[in-house]
Amino acid sequence: MTTVLVFFFILGGMALLGSVGTVASRNVVHAALSLVLALLAVAGLFILLLAEFLAIVQVLIYGGAITIILLFALMLTRTREGPVRLDNAQRRFALIGAGAAFAVLTVVIMVSDWPAPIDNPVRPGFSRISEVLFQQWAIPFEAASLVLLVALIGAIVISRPEKGERD
Amino acid sequence: MINIEYYLVLSAAIFCIGVYGVLARRNAILILMSIELMLQAVNINLIAFSTYLIPKGELEEHLGFIFAIFVITIAAAEVGLALGIILRLYRNRASVNVDEVNLMKW
Amino acid sequence: MPEQYSLEYTAVLIITIAGIGMVLAAFFASMILAPRSKSEAKQIPYECGIPPTGQFWAQLHLRYYIFAILFLIFDIEAIFLFPWAIIFRSSGAVIFYEMVLFIAILFFGLVYSWKKGALRWR
Repeated sequence: MTTVLVFFFILGGMALLGSVGTVASRNVVHAALSLVLALLAVAGLFILLLAEFLAIVQVLIYGGAITIILLFALMLTRTREGPVRLDNAQRRFALIGAGAAFAVLTVVIMVSDWPAPIDNPVRPGFSRISEVLFQQWAIPFEAASLVLLVALIGAIVISRPEKGERD
Repeated sequence: MINIEYYLVLSAAIFCIGVYGVLARRNAILILMSIELMLQAVNINLIAFSTYLIPKGELEEHLGFIFAIFVITIAAAEVGLALGIILRLYRNRASVNVDEVNLMKW
Repeated sequence: MPEQYSLEYTAVLIITIAGIGMVLAAFFASMILAPRSKSEAKQIPYECGIPPTGQFWAQLHLRYYIFAILFLIFDIEAIFLFPWAIIFRSSGAVIFYEMVLFIAILFFGLVYSWKKGALRWR
């Protein structure tokens, strides 16, 4: 048992707990808060994988912005009073399907040959990642800004009240 | 460093929990959250492969990191747009349950 | 794990544990120190004397959503500014203009929402 393994099990357990809470909770707000737990645990896993920059991005964008927006949408769409059924009728089949997929994936992962873990991995420098991002990946980077622009304009067009509609 | 299989099995587990959530939930916002879980699983996989498999100094250096950054960016755009559509749906039908949206169902 | 790396994140770990511990200690202290009495009035959302009307789960207005979206989009822009800020001095004008173009494209979105009146607070 190395230290890394201990931390992996703690963070992985938190991520699994949060994921199960997200899909199984009976209260929508509890589901959103479980998602926050899962996202922060995944940020910790990124640190174990030497991806510090990704961990920061994860906490800022997922832990901050996306969760806020999801909670916001939950507050905007108040469902009817009284207990609401959150799951649909095909729940049992979904469980069987997801379980089967997990079994297949696990068998495939265990059977495949993976290269041995590196003993002394090099810490990827922050500036090296930036250089790769802005030099090799310059065009996808600009395309990402266009995607964001289209998403922003689309969200404004969709969520603005139409003519004659009560504001 | 621990074996890569640990990360892959964890990522498979999170992905399958997300698949279950997408299939079993009725509320469109909860379905969106399950999709976020699936994207998280994909990101763990990408970064694990990038750290373990690609030798340094090659052309594909940090490929998984860059992919993960773009996945997060596109996921944020997707959440913004999808929630816009869901709010529009709530405004028109007073419901966010996907099985009650059957206007175009044949 | 590189040596320096584990050392740095040990500090992060200690701060995390200390932060969680302080919050838990505050909860625990108020649990054992504060006097408690159960009454019906404590279950209502606002304890201000007047009985509340309507539901406690207040419905927000849809137009706040546009502000949330703007926050999300410009949060992502800020994320890309961090790696750029590290290297733009040392590596050429191209990278500088890349970011200028990126910000210009997103600024167009801000101008659009301004023009459409999405930023007006009514």
